[in-house]
Amino acid sequence: MNLHVFWFIIMAVLLAGYAILDGFDLGAGILHPLAKTDEDRRVTLNAIGPVWDGNEVWLVTFGGALFAAFPRAYATLFSGLYTAFMLLLLCLILRALSLEFRGQRESKTWRSVWDIVFFGASFGTVLLFGVAAGNSLQGFPLGADGEIRLGFFDLLTPFPLMVGLFTVVGATLHGALYLLLKTDGAWQQKLRTWAKGMFWVFSFSLVAVTLWTLKTVPLALENLSKHPWAWAFVVVNGLSVVNIRWALARGKHLTSFLSSGVSLATLAALFGLALFPNVVVSNLDPLYNLTITNAASSQKTLQVMSVIALIGMPLVLTYSVIVYRIFRGKVKIGPTSY
Amino acid sequence: MDVLLLSRLQFALTIMFHYIFPPITIGLGALLVYMEGMFLKTKNPVYETMARFWTKIFSLHFAMGVATGIVMEFQFGTNWATYSRFVGDVFGSPLAAEGIFAFFLESIFLGVLVFGWDRVSPRMHFFSTVMVFLGAVLSSVWIVVANSWQQTPAGFTIVGEGLSARAEITSFWAMVFNPSSVDRLIHVWLGAFSMGAFLVMAVSAWYLLKNRHTDFAKRSLTAGLLLAVVSSWAQLGSGHRQAIVAARYQPTKMAAFEGHFVSLEGGAPLYMAGFTNTEKMKTTGIAIPNMLSLLIHGNPRTPVPALDQFPRENWPPVEISFQSYHLMVGLGFFMIGFTTLLSWLRWKNELFDNRLLLWGVVLSVMAPAVANQVGWVAAEVGRQPWIVYGLLRTSDALSPVVQSHQVMGSILMFGTIYLLMFGLYLSTLARKIQHGPEKL
Repeated sequence: MNLHVFWFIIMAVLLAGYAILDGFDLGAGILHPLAKTDEDRRVTLNAIGPVWDGNEVWLVTFGGALFAAFPRAYATLFSGLYTAFMLLLLCLILRALSLEFRGQRESKTWRSVWDIVFFGASFGTVLLFGVAAGNSLQGFPLGADGEIRLGFFDLLTPFPLMVGLFTVVGATLHGALYLLLKTDGAWQQKLRTWAKGMFWVFSFSLVAVTLWTLKTVPLALENLSKHPWAWAFVVVNGLSVVNIRWALARGKHLTSFLSSGVSLATLAALFGLALFPNVVVSNLDPLYNLTITNAASSQKTLQVMSVIALIGMPLVLTYSVIVYRIFRGKVKIGPTSY
Repeated sequence: MDVLLLSRLQFALTIMFHYIFPPITIGLGALLVYMEGMFLKTKNPVYETMARFWTKIFSLHFAMGVATGIVMEFQFGTNWATYSRFVGDVFGSPLAAEGIFAFFLESIFLGVLVFGWDRVSPRMHFFSTVMVFLGAVLSSVWIVVANSWQQTPAGFTIVGEGLSARAEITSFWAMVFNPSSVDRLIHVWLGAFSMGAFLVMAVSAWYLLKNRHTDFAKRSLTAGLLLAVVSSWAQLGSGHRQAIVAARYQPTKMAAFEGHFVSLEGGAPLYMAGFTNTEKMKTTGIAIPNMLSLLIHGNPRTPVPALDQFPRENWPPVEISFQSYHLMVGLGFFMIGFTTLLSWLRWKNELFDNRLLLWGVVLSVMAPAVANQVGWVAAEVGRQPWIVYGLLRTSDALSPVVQSHQVMGSILMFGTIYLLMFGLYLSTLARKIQHGPEKL
């Protein structure tokens, strides 16, 4: 397999990993205000406490890998979407701060303020990612000089906003399903009710976004017909979404969470498929597209990176599994908790 | 204000704020490994108390480091897109390696370190501590490798011309082991060890002065002091090696550090302190004749290249380079002298009762903090006008599409949020210190 395609796939894998993992941290942040007691709020924070930082590293690695594998895409996107990236950074910083500092004082006002920040930062992060994804599919004003020239509000057109809201719904559902594993009592019951409701919103918006994407991005159907095996992703996506509901109804919380994970992974794959072989699409002229060939680093760098990935990623998966196992089960608030 | 100056300012602001935290996580991480190791070995509960307390301090610094660190990764792309396109093929892979090997390791095991005390065996917890420390160290490896490549580029070739020229890697190992990586890495580690050590000493001295947690404080101070004195002395050797590398590969930087404007037939003097005047190409101060030549070449008469041998447009800002370098060295010597004195008194068992010196220990926490910062100022300002020494100018490395009002906005954003964060950090740190270690 050629290295350009390999690295496109790795980027999709990193994106999927980030969505599955930080997706539930951010989802928990969005659901956080629904918890009415300080106890329940603390439980929510501590459900993600030991793992959120490691989960966020998937984003950092995605950024680093983009820089190394497709530097022209990294440079064009990050500078072209300057304001959006700065807002994203603000949200990520505020999320980290609210987790770290909320519990440092007993004061109700202190905690309420940080709770609002935590919600806002989590919501903002997810919305920005979704809007970015929508814009990526739709294309940017990317010129012959390889630069994107637009203002922040140019990013907030209907299709990206729709994808943004869909992403918020998806993260919220995913977060709820994760929290069902970590909570009990009244708070868990409330989360169950919300998960059931969110499921329907998610399903409907999934259909809407899918249809709208097929209309906006002709390349999506083109690629599916060129690579018919990719229909498997569509099928698995559909089945996993259905299974979320099926498992949830039977109280099989782990299964429904894992199904949600699979649905996010397949969505990431389909996102990649709708872009391939482009990394950044130009809505001015397809000639200006940044592709896996013209935006890539040299073969040597891609080879080096492949060695790094092949050694590193299995290690990462191993210790992720180890640590998730250590923290399995319901949250127990202790002296070291948030 | 123009977008180049704003982008430089933003990078300086964000990296200097970030750099308050990683040295502490590396230095304190080393001490955490020691404390937990001692607990496992001796089963003395005071070591567990120490480990648990310092872990709380550690996790605060780690969180601050993470929050401010993502900003740096994104900033190469947002503000320095031309640089990113130019060096992505070479610079990108150490950064990706940093994520894959270091960040994952430290962040994943951090969960166990902070939250897992009562969920895993002491051995597994110790293993996690070691992994977090290893991750922090590995992270410093890759970022220093990347920055060293900017200083002394190697293992690459230039492909293309003009605006589309870029560096392409020819050898990964030559890139990693470029002429300055190893020396600079050791220098960064020692600076980090000093920082962690001085922090532990300062907090411990504070407790002794308040007559609280005395057993804990005495042991912590001793551990910190041992690391501090060894690191301070080793830093002298490390600094010397680095100066020799800088003299060879970055002559304009060396000349600026030493205020060496005018070429001399014989040996060049070393200024202990002084002021440079770039207009008049003159340095005034306390000089030791021929000393610079002696240190660099081992021969007091061998000439050292002066700034006048290079075109003016290739000179770094001389005064900033000179002063930051001298401040770093001065603080370095202070740390050597101070930790040696403290060690001697500790050995004689006279340290813990010396209130004046204990106050000195509390205040001296600023020494490595400032030294680490001005050291980096010297390194990065001394490298100017290059963003990659000899290859790409900083002024040519900007993002073409970014406008000054955007950077103005982001600087204001970072300024505000970082001020808030600094306040939160200081007050939380003060509270944790006030609260002290838990009685187990």
